Amino acid sequence: MKKIFLNTFLILASLQLCAQDLLDILDIEAPEIDNTVSATFKGTRIVNGHSIENRKDKELEFIISHRFGRINTGFEELFGLDQSNIRFSFEYGLTDNLTGGLGRSSFEKTYDGYLKYSLLKQKTGANSFPFAVSLFGSIAAKSQKAIAGNERTFTESLFYVGQVLIAKKVNSSFSMQLTPTYVHRNLTAIDADPHDIFALGFGTRVKLSKRVSLNAEYYQQFDKLESIDARNSLAFGVDIETGGHVFQIILSNAITMVEKSFITETTGNFFGGDIHLGFNLSRTF
Amino acid sequence: MKAIYTLFICLFLVAFTNAQERFLTKNGMISFFSKSPIENIKAENNQVLSIVDISKGQMAIAILMKSFMFEKALMQEHFNENYVESDKYPKATFKGNILDFDKITGSETTITIKGNLTIHGVTKEITIEALTKKTAAHIEMAGDFFINLADFDVKIPSIVKNNISEKIKVSFRFQHKPYKK
Repeated sequence: MKKIFLNTFLILASLQLCAQDLLDILDIEAPEIDNTVSATFKGTRIVNGHSIENRKDKELEFIISHRFGRINTGFEELFGLDQSNIRFSFEYGLTDNLTGGLGRSSFEKTYDGYLKYSLLKQKTGANSFPFAVSLFGSIAAKSQKAIAGNERTFTESLFYVGQVLIAKKVNSSFSMQLTPTYVHRNLTAIDADPHDIFALGFGTRVKLSKRVSLNAEYYQQFDKLESIDARNSLAFGVDIETGGHVFQIILSNAITMVEKSFITETTGNFFGGDIHLGFNLSRTF
Repeated sequence: MKAIYTLFICLFLVAFTNAQERFLTKNGMISFFSKSPIENIKAENNQVLSIVDISKGQMAIAILMKSFMFEKALMQEHFNENYVESDKYPKATFKGNILDFDKITGSETTITIKGNLTIHGVTKEITIEALTKKTAAHIEMAGDFFINLADFDVKIPSIVKNNISEKIKVSFRFQHKPYKK
C-alpha cells in the first residue's frame, strides 16, 4: 500500500515537472537586466539649477529661459512683465554621460559654458546603488561694458562654478537632490566681498500626474557678498511635459539663470513678494 | 525499489521529451510602429524571450518593456515613464495555444495562435497568424498584428493625440532553437 502511494506521488511529481509553465521557464532563462534608474527629474534643470539629468548621446536641446521682473512692482510695471531677462542656450549630449552647453543671458550680457558628467548612477536589483552622482563645472563671462573708470580685463570678467550633484529617486513620484556648490569670482565689487562662496543646494520633485510635476529648489550660502543685500535663492516650478518639449513655469526670487548669479547674487525676498515669474521651454532635436 | 525505477523512467522521459519538443529563443525581435499625420514612431526590441512546445502546441513570450529601443532617447524615456509605466509593469507577456500546431513542418505555412496578451497589467485575448517553418536546427515564426492602445489602458494625452496612433502595428520574428535544461 505504502509503495503504491509512493509510486503515485513520484509519478505526479514528475508529471508536475512536465507541466511546468512555459512562462516560468522564460523567467528562469531571462538574462540579467540593466536596472539603472531613469528619469529622476524631467528636465536638465530642477528649477534654476541643474539636475543630474543629462542629454543622451548626440541629442541637441535648445532652451529658451525667461524671467520677468518682480511681481510686487505693481500695475504700472504690469507686475514685472515690462522687465525681463532672457537666456538662450544649446545643450548637446557629447556621450550618454557627458553633456555640454553654451548659453547667453541678457542680464549683464553674460555668456556661459558648462560640462556635466554623470559619474555614478542609481541602480536597483542585483548591483543596486542607492543614489546618483554627477559633476558639474561652468564658466561665465560678463560682457556688459563697465562704467568709465571701472574697466576690467577679460580675466576679471570670469566666474567659475563647481558642483557635485547627488540625487535619489525615492519612488516614481518623489526625487530629491543635494548640491554642494563652489562659486569663484575673479573680480569682486568691493574688497569685503569673498572671492569664493560655498553653498548647498536642496532640490526636489513631486509628480502630480504622469506629465506634470512640482519642483522646489533652495540654495543655502555659507558666505555672502557684502556689496549687495544677498539672499539665498528659493524657487518653485511646475514641469509640464508635452512630447518633445518640457515646459517649466517658475516662481523665483532670482531674475538670473546661470549658477554664479542666482546662487550668489540674488537679492529678492521671496516672502516679501520679490518674486519673478518665468519659464523654461526646451525642445529636443 | 519499483518506485525508484518509476521515478528514473519518469525523469528520463521528462528530460527526453523536453529536449525534443521545446524550442526557445532569447533574442527574438518585436517591433512596433505608430503612424500618425505628424510623426511616425518606431521601436524595436531584440531581446524577446519566446518558447514553443510543439508536442502540446503551447507558446509563451516574455517582453521586457525597457528593452524597446527608440530613435529618440526622450521618446524612450516617455514610453517607459508615461505610457507603459515600466517601473510598475516591467514585462509584457503572451501565453497561448497554437491551434494547428501539427502544421509546423519543413515547408512554410501559416498557423493561428490564440492566447492572452498582457501589457501594462491588462490582459486581453488575441488571435494572431504567423508564418512558420521548422528546420532541423530551429523553428521560425514571423508575423504582424494590430493592437489598440485603449484595450490596454494606455492613455494618450490630448496634446499629443495627433502624434500617436490609437492602433499600433506589432511585428515579430523569432528563431527558436532546441531547448535543453
